[in-house]
Amino acid sequence: MRLVVLGWGNDSRGDDALGPALLDRMTAAGRPEVTIVEDYQLQVEHALDLVGADCALFIDAGKGTPAPYAFSRLAPKRDATHSTHALSPEAVLDVYLQVRGEAPPPAFALCVRGESFELGEGLTRDGLERLELAWSFIQTLMAEQSVEAWDRLARQSAPLVRVPA
Amino acid sequence: MLNLETAESPHKLRRVAIEPVSRVEGHGKVTILLDEENRVHQVRLHIVEFRGFEVFIEGRPYWEVPVTVQRLCGICPVSHHLAAAKAMDLVAGYGPLTSTAEKLRRLLHYGQLVQSHALHFFYLASPDLLFGFDSEVGKRNIVGVAAAFPDLAKRGVMTRKWGQEIIRHIVGKRIHGTGCIPGGMNKPLHVDERDALRRDVDEIVAWARESVDLVASLHETNPDFYKRFGEAPSNMMGLVNAAGETDYYHGGLRAVDADGAPIFDHVDYTTYQDVLQEETKPWTYMKFPHIKALGAENGSYRVGPLARVQVADRLSTPLAEDQRRKFVAIGQGKPLHGALMFHWARMIEMLNAAEMARDLLHDREIVGTDLMADKGPARGEGVGVIEAPRGTLFHHYRVGKDDLVTYCNLIVSTTNNNQAMNESIRAVAARYLTGREVTEGLLNHIEVAIRAYDPCLSCATHALGQMPLEVELVDPDGALVSRVRRG
Repeated sequence: MRLVVLGWGNDSRGDDALGPALLDRMTAAGRPEVTIVEDYQLQVEHALDLVGADCALFIDAGKGTPAPYAFSRLAPKRDATHSTHALSPEAVLDVYLQVRGEAPPPAFALCVRGESFELGEGLTRDGLERLELAWSFIQTLMAEQSVEAWDRLARQSAPLVRVPA
Repeated sequence: MLNLETAESPHKLRRVAIEPVSRVEGHGKVTILLDEENRVHQVRLHIVEFRGFEVFIEGRPYWEVPVTVQRLCGICPVSHHLAAAKAMDLVAGYGPLTSTAEKLRRLLHYGQLVQSHALHFFYLASPDLLFGFDSEVGKRNIVGVAAAFPDLAKRGVMTRKWGQEIIRHIVGKRIHGTGCIPGGMNKPLHVDERDALRRDVDEIVAWARESVDLVASLHETNPDFYKRFGEAPSNMMGLVNAAGETDYYHGGLRAVDADGAPIFDHVDYTTYQDVLQEETKPWTYMKFPHIKALGAENGSYRVGPLARVQVADRLSTPLAEDQRRKFVAIGQGKPLHGALMFHWARMIEMLNAAEMARDLLHDREIVGTDLMADKGPARGEGVGVIEAPRGTLFHHYRVGKDDLVTYCNLIVSTTNNNQAMNESIRAVAARYLTGREVTEGLLNHIEVAIRAYDPCLSCATHALGQMPLEVELVDPDGALVSRVRRG
């Protein structure tokens, strides 16, 4: 399975570093079949990173999301937003649909709950614990690289509920 | 100017809050206080921005600041990188940059302008311009215009990608790049990298030109509406070079009033505190800078595309200058102040930046290897100013003898535009909300005005799991009457 993993966040902002930290571990693990993309924010051009992929995995920290993490299947959806400052994974898939005129590859989100996002902070104690749990889960995903298996795991995970800050 | 900043008796009014909460920090909120008859009494845009960023920088070695500041904003890291590098050129005592180093920085900046403006147009502006309004007649005309531009989304993304490729080649990688260092650049642009960028540049210029045509065509479907929507006359400011052309990388500060009359010109930006003053207000974290000579009441100003194309005497490239002339002619001798006119100005700038990038990619010096300026004694203080995609950006530092930053002051584009944004929203609220039921469509008009400025929301962090938008209606006693969630 040609897998693209997109992770984003700011490693100078507390638990916002959870996504980049997990990407660092995946890079160190050295899996040549996995393409890893890190950025500060998701943007429209990330849709082009998905071209040719069999599957996509989006990794980010979450605020008010299930702990320690939520794993869910994604579908294209346009954001209602007032700013260009960041896109949701669903919006990136929607851009893929618009630009390519075809459905994007199956995509999943691994959202690790964070607690504090202040500038200049490191990972919180909760964040560090969840980093280990999420890393263990990623290894499960890597061991079972099929959309069907990931769908099964997503059904077992707590739903990624969007809640106000 | 509408006087809707502070109501006389706010405790008697109903409160409508438009609260996008999509970011942990940096979300915006609009509050509208209405009376029993739905008349607008008070409108405020609240943006939580850049809290603590100066403190984050203070105490760090000066040479790492151009890299560190990229973490301040995930959408415009290159702007902060460039402004900080310019300030640190002075702090470290460097003389003028080498020709190649300055051209590389300019190419980096133009790449950023192209990608930022393309993103804004494709993702935020075009949906508003094409589908954002409720006039059926207007919609029919607009659908016809849109049909003439079937590849809008694809072009938007490809243009954005091209700008990103310029950044990647010059700073070395996609994020956390280190291209600009005090005194110059730390890597040359290789011939194969230049050639890769050259391959697509003519197409990018052509697309930018067509994007200007699209905005102009949309304007023609309803000229008065596009000109008047969110219209809020204000002073304007931007950087210009000695010839009076917009200079996005380096120049003197020029300010004009709402009628286009000069306020100051060719001011050395390192003395910005002589002409600008920052004010705080109790209801927001944001600062309100204003032109010192005019005072807080009358001295606020607008920056960014709509200001730049009107502050300057001309643009430096032929296609963009031709389009600028057509644009300013709409005002029949008076500056344009409508929020939607931002979109048109932004596309003219994208064309300008694409043309300048093309020129630089055909300049032999762009692949030169003389990258560092001569160094003199350290100065201990430096100011770096650029015209970022959203407007004028100030970085001001003082550095101790131990090379650590002791003082940092940032005035970002959104802060410069703070009062102007508030005025645009007030104009929209007064026009579209007074005496009518509050509907999602009406509230969307306010969002359209916000989107025109594309405010920077200090989005260096964000997280999944939060709602993009929440609308609350609260009665005069503060009780929640209704809540609308969008997204």
